Amino acid sequence: MNAVLDFLQLHIEMVYIVILSIFLGIEVISRVPAVLHTPLMSGANAIHGVVIIGAIIVMGKAESDNYIALVLGFLAVILGTLNVVGGFVVTDRMLEMFSKKKK
Amino acid sequence: MQASLLSIAYLIGSVTFIIGLKMLSHPASARKGNLVAAAGMFLAIAGTIFLYEEGGEKLHNYGWIFSGLLIGTVIGVIAARKVKMTAMPEMVSMFNGMGGACAMLISIVEFNHLTHAPVAAMSGSNLAEIIAALITQATTGIHVGGKLLIILLGLIIGTVSFAGSVIAWGKLNGKVKDFAFKGQHIVNLTMLAVIVILATYLVVVINDSYTIVNENGRYISHGTIGVLPQITISFYVILALSIAYGVLFVMPIGGADMPVVISLLNSFTGVAAACGGFLYNNPVMLTGGILVGSAGTILTILMCKAMNRSLKNVLIGSFGGVKAGGAAKEQTGSYKEISLSDAAVVLRYANKVMIVPGYGLAVAQAQHVCHELEKILEEKGVEVKYAIHPVAGRMPGHMNVLLAEADVPYEKLEEMEQANGEMNTTDAVLVLGANDVVNPAAKHDPDSPIYGMPILEVENAKMVIVNKRSMKPGYAGIENELFFQPKTSMLFGDAKAVLQQLVAEVKIV
Repeated sequence: MNAVLDFLQLHIEMVYIVILSIFLGIEVISRVPAVLHTPLMSGANAIHGVVIIGAIIVMGKAESDNYIALVLGFLAVILGTLNVVGGFVVTDRMLEMFSKKKK
Repeated sequence: MQASLLSIAYLIGSVTFIIGLKMLSHPASARKGNLVAAAGMFLAIAGTIFLYEEGGEKLHNYGWIFSGLLIGTVIGVIAARKVKMTAMPEMVSMFNGMGGACAMLISIVEFNHLTHAPVAAMSGSNLAEIIAALITQATTGIHVGGKLLIILLGLIIGTVSFAGSVIAWGKLNGKVKDFAFKGQHIVNLTMLAVIVILATYLVVVINDSYTIVNENGRYISHGTIGVLPQITISFYVILALSIAYGVLFVMPIGGADMPVVISLLNSFTGVAAACGGFLYNNPVMLTGGILVGSAGTILTILMCKAMNRSLKNVLIGSFGGVKAGGAAKEQTGSYKEISLSDAAVVLRYANKVMIVPGYGLAVAQAQHVCHELEKILEEKGVEVKYAIHPVAGRMPGHMNVLLAEADVPYEKLEEMEQANGEMNTTDAVLVLGANDVVNPAAKHDPDSPIYGMPILEVENAKMVIVNKRSMKPGYAGIENELFFQPKTSMLFGDAKAVLQQLVAEVKIV
């Protein structure tokens, strides 16, 4: 229990960011037309690919003889990149079709 | 200098995510919004690679990092470019799973780091060295128990999301069948409880192994025990259980509920990413992850609303699915068929035709022919409109994407409420491979699994022509009484072939 409380204390600014982000996320999204649900989901999908930064840090910190960390980190970088790049490209392809028809 | 540049990069990244998401939720600005978020992501990633420092030390293993980025980019771009528009939901689910797996792998590496690093520090040759090592560890904002808690959260959520997304992907492309057994929700809940108990145990044990002393707000840890074997074992048991939980959680959910689950898993991965934000004190991971987590949750709820169902119903309702499926009423009765030429005549001489596109149209890749038919009918003076159900296709809004691909003009697409208002002035409705979204049982049969879901009220039109490949029930596995109504005529065949023939016929008459 103390561990958790201490952790909160140490990261209290982060906790504030979390709470504000939750409200921000809800505020930003509410009342989206159903037409945009799929592209929006896909776009959000790409944004959570930000987890790749963690993968890069893991990879970059690994000692050169720590093969487990190197291999797992390498995989994590690949998968994270897939999430980011694939996500943004797929979303763009979907939205491209929307803009095309406005002409 | 470098550190502050990195902070600015992260700040800009966070802001672009917010702006991007905001722009994505309006049709006119959506595409730009996606680019804005992508640019912010690029900045955050590049900043991390070149500017990140920990304890004055920069990252190394650049070769590994860049080759990983390169491989991921190449595969990602090819996969995203090649995927068919109809397979979009699978792709989104797959990419989501990759993000979850990424969070899972990070947690595994960080766990190994956490359990091994302090012991390594202990083996320093003299006391001063040991203390120096411990202080470095302490001042980087690490609190062993709290850190493990975050690692475990990231592991559990990321893994469940990964396993669930892979199953969702398999289900959407038909490789995995629905699967449920009696008492499955009890098994699931038990698994979840075991995961939570084991995780709590781990945090407590680890915390006791390293006594933490607080001095002037700085943490200094004194490692005493080292790594207990049961710590490592418990960790991997949690990993295994999380995979099993993710699989069993998605297995029984089927049909029209899949998009809801994908959206939910999407927000899970967001939370897993945010755990990484705590782990590395990284604000851009935190804001990005939490934004997606909360936005995804809202999106999930909006989708449920579009189908007039509660989230609980989607998640738990499926467990009754086995029973309901078996007991589903056998709809019998006679239906009548219509020939191609008759159908062509009906459409040609109607004043107003409403096309109801469904997934059958999408699988047959018939959206282009459909647009052609619409143009020919328009030339002959028939008013043609499309009635789009919010969940037509495999995901909300999916059908709009598909029709947009075929250049169907935006003004021709009518949303459900608007279309329903015009049904009684419509002469003929052409239902193309759609089943559940036009099933009147949703309005008046409380026993029906789709009861309460808003539908397109095509039975209010003067005549209904339904194109299907056979009389087999559709995606939700229920019979549709619409097909047996006197107003309805069936036009059997593959949507693309039928439409091509219709186009030819309409040209003649």
